[in-house]
Amino acid sequence: MNTPTEQPLSGAGVLISARGLRKSYGRTEALRGASLDLHEGEILAVTGTSGSGKSTLLHCLSGIVRPDEGAVTYGGEELGLLPEQRLSELRRRDFGVVFQFGQLIPELTALDNVALPLLLAGARRGHAHRTAGEWLERFGVRGQADLRPGGMSGGQSQRVALARALVTGPRAVFADEPTGALDTLAGEQVMTALVHTAREAGTAVLLITHDAQIAAYADREVGLRDGVVHSGPAAVLGQEAARREG
Amino acid sequence: MSTRHVLLGLLAAGPSHGYELKRQYDARFPQARPLAYGQVYTTLQRLVRDGLAAVEGTGSDGGPERTLYRSTAEGSHELGRWAQEITAPAPFVTNEIFAKVVVSILVAAAGPGGAQDGPEPDAAAHLRAQRAAHMERMRELTALKTTPGADLSTVLAADYALAHLDADVRWMTTTTARIDTLTAEVNGS
Repeated sequence: MNTPTEQPLSGAGVLISARGLRKSYGRTEALRGASLDLHEGEILAVTGTSGSGKSTLLHCLSGIVRPDEGAVTYGGEELGLLPEQRLSELRRRDFGVVFQFGQLIPELTALDNVALPLLLAGARRGHAHRTAGEWLERFGVRGQADLRPGGMSGGQSQRVALARALVTGPRAVFADEPTGALDTLAGEQVMTALVHTAREAGTAVLLITHDAQIAAYADREVGLRDGVVHSGPAAVLGQEAARREG
Repeated sequence: MSTRHVLLGLLAAGPSHGYELKRQYDARFPQARPLAYGQVYTTLQRLVRDGLAAVEGTGSDGGPERTLYRSTAEGSHELGRWAQEITAPAPFVTNEIFAKVVVSILVAAAGPGGAQDGPEPDAAAHLRAQRAAHMERMRELTALKTTPGADLSTVLAADYALAHLDADVRWMTTTTARIDTLTAEVNGS
């Protein structure tokens, strides 16, 4: 059965390519030869059960963690070979990351949180704040601009986090269970905002989730099982035999 | 649930009579409504009429005389076709999928030729293909409800279907994870 699940959007080039990634933490093998292509402008869901290696894969693809083996290639450069300074610059300029919770700086207002990546990239304060305000508006949280994270609801905080991830115009956004801590309605608002904004801007999104309703926002889905990526309809469901092998 | 195909699936293991088929059906699908005797015999007669089953003879086995039925080659082929067919993803389809999973296990246990000339049913492969069909439908519904300007009725109708399809997907995930145990249970009973 050939479904769109198996194939990315036609004609879109590969933005980030991972081949044969292995990563262990102590004696635990989180990734065991994971390979994946994220195409330009696509929204790709990576699904799998707890402990399947989803977050480790995201960390490797976004340059937060270097794999023990294998390569992540972006724009002709292998992330694992880049000096830390160049990697930081890439992460700041080309990648945005959203986690389940806790990524906003608690001492800063929503506006300052969103303006921060622009300031770090060298923007002038006035321009950074104007742009941050526009992004808060786009995500429907302009009214919370002067609030600190502790004064906002979970859904509002996530929308501010999305604004911060997208404010620099990144080529890719990595979202790790972005609605995991939210109720259904707040989760829906966050996903709708993310998907619309990413499509408008042509930003690729790698979406980590264990939730089929969230995965359904993506253009396609791959499954991570026992540290290996499976694509196509055979991807996602794990059997007892496969688990035992792990 | 297609009683006709489930009875045909039970016959994959070998000839049987109506009473025994009813007993097996009720045991395999304990949460379903028990099958009425009348429905068993009517269904068996229709299977014979359509050439999917045949009368093997009669046997009493110490009790009242009963008609034995067996599946025909055409019946096995039809069973293989049905068990592989993806169920249209709509709310509340789990019973149909569960029936196909159990029947696939029964046919696979009957050995090669259980689905003569047809595809060999594979319960795990079926669940994976069914999940892919569900996810495709869920993507369509999500796109529908997130279309700018979608009215609330459309959103709520899509939400209703999505919540039920999601429940199916969760069920398929846990069933696949336990397919070896289910296979042992179905084949052992």
